[in-house]
Amino acid sequence: MYTRSHEWVRVEDDGVVVGVTDYAQNQMGDVVFVDFPAIGKECKTGEGVVVVESVKAVSDVYAPVSGIVVAINEALEDSPEKVNEDCYGEGWLIKIKPLDAGELENLLSAADYEALLGE
Amino acid sequence: MGKAKQTPLYTAHKQLGARFTEFGGWIMPVQYSGMIDEHLTVRRAAGLFDLSHMGEIQVRGQLAREFVQRLTTNDVFKLRPGRVQYSLFCNADGGIIDDLLVYREETGFTLVVNAANTAKDFQWMQEVAQTEEFRGRVDIIDVSEATALLAVQGPKSPKILQAAGFAIGGLPYMSFYRHPFPGGDCIVSRTGYTGEIGYEIYLPAEKAMEQWERLLTVGKDMGLVPVGLGARDTLRLEMRYTLYGNDIDETTNPWEAGLDWAVKLEHDFIGREALVKARKAGPRRCLVGLRMIERGIPRSGYHVMDGGRCVGTVTSGSYSPVLKQAIALAYIEPGKATIGERVHIAIRNKAVAAEVVPTPFVPSHVRDEVNTE
Repeated sequence: MYTRSHEWVRVEDDGVVVGVTDYAQNQMGDVVFVDFPAIGKECKTGEGVVVVESVKAVSDVYAPVSGIVVAINEALEDSPEKVNEDCYGEGWLIKIKPLDAGELENLLSAADYEALLGE
Repeated sequence: MGKAKQTPLYTAHKQLGARFTEFGGWIMPVQYSGMIDEHLTVRRAAGLFDLSHMGEIQVRGQLAREFVQRLTTNDVFKLRPGRVQYSLFCNADGGIIDDLLVYREETGFTLVVNAANTAKDFQWMQEVAQTEEFRGRVDIIDVSEATALLAVQGPKSPKILQAAGFAIGGLPYMSFYRHPFPGGDCIVSRTGYTGEIGYEIYLPAEKAMEQWERLLTVGKDMGLVPVGLGARDTLRLEMRYTLYGNDIDETTNPWEAGLDWAVKLEHDFIGREALVKARKAGPRRCLVGLRMIERGIPRSGYHVMDGGRCVGTVTSGSYSPVLKQAIALAYIEPGKATIGERVHIAIRNKAVAAEVVPTPFVPSHVRDEVNTE
């Protein structure tokens, strides 16, 4: 699933994993630093929850659902370039335990997201 | 407002898949393969830059030398034909109008100025040229539109230029020669903004595409890649080269900016009085290099803190691909501007530790001996 602000979301047993899409990582350029929230932090849908910094730019990543941050991808501390190299796999950013699973229904399907990119 | 301008190489950049940005009124390539890759390639092999957006202003006439001497802080009377010097234009308050290179030719001078300031500089020069002292005895010609500028920078640049037919063997740093070209000369100088051995080629705009492609072809086997403004910025930052608009502007004077070596008070120039006063009074702030100790990236405009107190502002900040660390230039109050001082940068409401460090951040190679065997 996807958001209009170019995040991807994958549902797992203990929460939803969030990352940025290929379009987003390409726009950002070389990622050099990921500024994570603290584990346990509350996040609200549509508000900035992670900051991804590329050489020239500072980009906000927005929470796709409201909930609590339960995990961050610590590997990115030493290898932030994974966000560029493998944005859907090893470049994942955080895991959120959602307050309301119903919110997931507001997200875009792959087809919807493709359509968005085509606009 | 005018539309942003394109250099003669715009289509070449498009074909190479460049991403563009607007800079100083021009649409410029910001990256091709990626900023870090391009940056490291310049340090290890060579990079080709389109710098045609820069301004070139010629000064000719009976009082050309006196005129340039009056306008600039460095001593142009010491500049021999075939040599280049870095200099500053200052206003009457000692604030920096622009930083520039002055080329001394046989019949006058060419001043190479920042793209965003070309119109401002030309107008200022015209005003001085119209004063009684200089009127009718100095000609100023803006040749920016007709002039393209390519730079080849990096340890492989001498071999690449030689392979392309340029006679750069024995050309010292901050010197130039005229390369004969069908349909007009071009100036080839050993100058640059990266800290590596490198050359800049000033040529007629209509020849730019041909030379760009030629250099890429000839340089391919030696690792030459096109490099955009993104890497140009990180390269110059590692060298502590100031960027007009970030680190210097009309509210900063050369003493604060650490550019005192480009100011020779022994001659009269616009702003001299104010600079003498300012030097006596002592600096209100100092431009220093900062290296992050804790994780975070300092950016232009972020505050530098000591305890809870703001002691300065970041003017340029980014990631250094060579050091694999974030670095910055910042104006800091003199009391805290010494090497080793610990400060914090306010980054999104967090105080992130940094340290004042010596600059350049990375060693310079501009004066390295060129081996063209």
